[in-house]
Amino acid sequence: MPLGLRIALIHLTHRRRQTVMSLLGITLGVAFFMAVSALMRGSEADFIDRLIDAAPHITVSDEFRTPPEQPVVKSYAGGAIRLHGLKPQTDTRGIRGYKQKLPLLDAMPGVRVAPVLSGQAILTFAGKEQGVTLNGVLPELMGGVSDIEEKIVAGSLQALAADPNGIVFGRALAEKLFLDMGDNITVSSPVGQVRTMKIVGLFDTGTTAIDEGQAYVLLKRAQVLLGRPDRANRLIMQLDDPYAAREVAATIEERIGYRAQSWQEAQESLMSVLLIRNIIMYSVVSAILVVASFGVFNVISTVVMEKRRDIAILRSMGFHARDVRRIFLAQGVIIGLAGSAIGIAAGYGLMALLAVVKIQPPGISDVVNLPIYWGADQTALVVLVAVASAAGAAYFPARKAGRVHPIDILRGGMA
Amino acid sequence: MSEVLRAEHVTRVLPGEVPVTLVRDVSLTINRGEFVNIQGPSGSGKSSLLYLLGLLDVPSEGRIWLDGVDTSGFVEDQLAEVRLAKLGFVFQFHFLLGEFTVLDNVMLPMAKLGRLEPEAQRERAAGLLKELGLGEQLHKRPDQLSGGQRQRVAIARAMANEPLIILADEPTGNLDTASSRNVQQILSEVAHTRNKTIVAVTHDPEFARAGDRIIRIVDGRIESDG
Ligand SMILES: Nc1ncnc2c1ncn2[C@@H]1O[C@H](COP(=O)(O)OP(=O)(O)OP(=O)(O)O)[C@@H](O)[C@H]1O
Ligand SMILES: [Mg+2]
Repeated sequence: MPLGLRIALIHLTHRRRQTVMSLLGITLGVAFFMAVSALMRGSEADFIDRLIDAAPHITVSDEFRTPPEQPVVKSYAGGAIRLHGLKPQTDTRGIRGYKQKLPLLDAMPGVRVAPVLSGQAILTFAGKEQGVTLNGVLPELMGGVSDIEEKIVAGSLQALAADPNGIVFGRALAEKLFLDMGDNITVSSPVGQVRTMKIVGLFDTGTTAIDEGQAYVLLKRAQVLLGRPDRANRLIMQLDDPYAAREVAATIEERIGYRAQSWQEAQESLMSVLLIRNIIMYSVVSAILVVASFGVFNVISTVVMEKRRDIAILRSMGFHARDVRRIFLAQGVIIGLAGSAIGIAAGYGLMALLAVVKIQPPGISDVVNLPIYWGADQTALVVLVAVASAAGAAYFPARKAGRVHPIDILRGGMA
Repeated sequence: MSEVLRAEHVTRVLPGEVPVTLVRDVSLTINRGEFVNIQGPSGSGKSSLLYLLGLLDVPSEGRIWLDGVDTSGFVEDQLAEVRLAKLGFVFQFHFLLGEFTVLDNVMLPMAKLGRLEPEAQRERAAGLLKELGLGEQLHKRPDQLSGGQRQRVAIARAMANEPLIILADEPTGNLDTASSRNVQQILSEVAHTRNKTIVAVTHDPEFARAGDRIIRIVDGRIESDG
């Protein structure tokens, strides 16, 4: 064992009770840090999981991130002109050649893709009107990119394939319009198309905006109704690894030109709220460790006071001031590491206890376990914070120890 | 005879509102293998001079040459390195680490210097202690030893790194007569048969007579040397 470390350990056992108390402080701080972090991160992950399951991981839309240059600007490139009220070139909306793009995207590893053509439509029944977003889909592909099939409470999405005139929407909307499975309803589009369609499925996602505002029909039907044959305006994707969405989206955008938005980008404000929540949480639990390290400061200050003579011996013998400083810094690191080790064990114990606690969140009918995050990154973080605060607390007494000069002790008399 | 230590017009003043002069214009030369005693009344500045010669303190004026090297201008770390490799200290009150065994205390300077492998350090430390009659005490702690035994451990430790010079400040000041004679014999043997240089401050006239040379200090100055 290195000499300095040996001396550090001997000093710590010199003030055993105080050392144990300071160790206990760090231990409790670490355990608390772990438990709080596990709960907060667990609920966050739970929340994100729900978010990820419900929404596409990547949506390619019929837009470009930077609008295309208008012909007039191109013609006068570099010219000192300024144009106002320019009417842009008209373009049929929709993703061009989406059929060729589908296999390209589908071939990417871990990526499932489905085309959607969405547009506004009005459902009319018995004098009641309701505007909805009409989604034209390929039912056989929807299972891979959306959890809508799992939310079906009557009929099925696949029934659309059997009945090209079928429509699927939320049960809440059906109840609003006094409709039920098998009933017919009139669907009219902004381009003047009107059709009678039959309800072949109802879903209940629990989100009002979807349950009352979204309807699914066959892609071909939507293309006719919305007057955009052979077009889709969104390609929705889910990935095996949802957290890769940002990078995959960037790759896709680069390849096909259209704007590809990851779920992280779509939920940016929410993600930043979660980030801020984590920053606050980690600041608070770190502050506890900082407070706990006052105990470390105490014990090391005491040891420095009481071991001035030993310090003088070492210095007279030829130890540098920095060797002495290191001995006391090491004591801080030792307490930090030991406190982390015990605290992590205690923290995992706490987490295991919390994980079996059942709660019933308001508005949800089933009892669930508290979501616990078990990731190793929070463990690494707690060790970092604990060791840094303990070493920080040791720094000041260590610096003082480095200033002990042998002559001061020798002259002071050693009786 | 070759010179190992030389002081040139060394003065040490403690700064302050009323500056205190500890050592005044001291010049001396000490040769290899010499056993030098410093004597003088209490408060005359003997310890202060020893700290200067042992590079524990730095002169306000003048220079100290050790082994042909002018140490003026050395920073603290350089002085510490010279102390570790070339000097050994024995003080009036034993200056051992209480939680370490006798053997560990003697190994400490060797471990710090790191010139020998740990096994060789252990062997050398045990050998030194045996020569000083402490073969049975290797694994005891300092507080389990008598005053004379502790002082012998301190001597063994001072010799650990084969120093050029051993500096001792009243090494027998706290010992009974028998132990004092024992320590005195050991030191003179170290000087005369191992050719080490010893500079010792002492009040003990018999101890002083065992040496080769007595320097008398009065009021921070050399009164006589020879
Ligand atoms: N820190 C200090 N502040 C003021 N005066 C000091 C200080 N240290 C030492 N002195 C004074 O300097 C003088 C020399 O002290 P020093 O310890 O060198 O004497 P000494 O010859 O070793 O004495 P003794 O025989 O009692 O050990 C003494 O008068 C002492 O009082
Ligand atoms: Mg003295």
